[in-house]
Amino acid sequence: MVGRIVSGAHYGLRDWLVQRVSAVVMALYALCLTGYALAQPHLDYDSWTRMFSSNILRSFTLLALLALYCHAWIGVRDIVMDYVKPAGVRLVIHVLVLLALILYFFWSVQILWGM
Amino acid sequence: MNNRRPKFLALHQIKLPLPGVVSILHRISGALLFIALPLLLWMLQCSLRSIETYTRLTDALQQPLGKLVLIALLWAFLHHFCAGIRYLAIDLQLASSLGRARSSSRWVLAVSLALTASIGIWLW
Repeated sequence: MVGRIVSGAHYGLRDWLVQRVSAVVMALYALCLTGYALAQPHLDYDSWTRMFSSNILRSFTLLALLALYCHAWIGVRDIVMDYVKPAGVRLVIHVLVLLALILYFFWSVQILWGM
Repeated sequence: MNNRRPKFLALHQIKLPLPGVVSILHRISGALLFIALPLLLWMLQCSLRSIETYTRLTDALQQPLGKLVLIALLWAFLHHFCAGIRYLAIDLQLASSLGRARSSSRWVLAVSLALTASIGIWLW
């Protein structure tokens, strides 16, 4: 039997692709948001909240944050796989990171639609 | 696996080539941004929730410590952004020769530092 460990890699192309697609989504979002913010004549609380009151920007923000959480998962997992050798510790860290990212996602929805 | 292979991990003696420096900084900046995620989300929340939390946030970011944290995260973001664009370009085989890999690494380091410095000066 091949010695595969549960907290190892998935040996696939999928994560590689997710990392790139999410990067492009975040880069586009960062450029759009920066441009939009700089285009405001006065960037203060009123214009900032007015920007974020549109459902288009809220949805785009949530999409970019979702891309960020997928991207962060793959990145952190790769770092942990490189530096943390014991499979048990690695599994614990992976689970904690995943749970944190899922919580961040729900938090993001609350921030964007609960204001 | 043969565990008796020779190891050379004298970190102060290993001299990374420029693309290696960009690579390890990509990793460090990514880890930094991940660790800062709750802080960043909290800042977004404060900025949107009410005028009081917005004012408290901007006041905190006026403090020297707040500015330093902001500039550090700004560098991490800009470096990760620029290095990420470079990796996407490499995937498209736009910078895969050694000379181009070196010069694009220099550009990534220079552009992210220059942007951080100019935005940092403007912030300060």
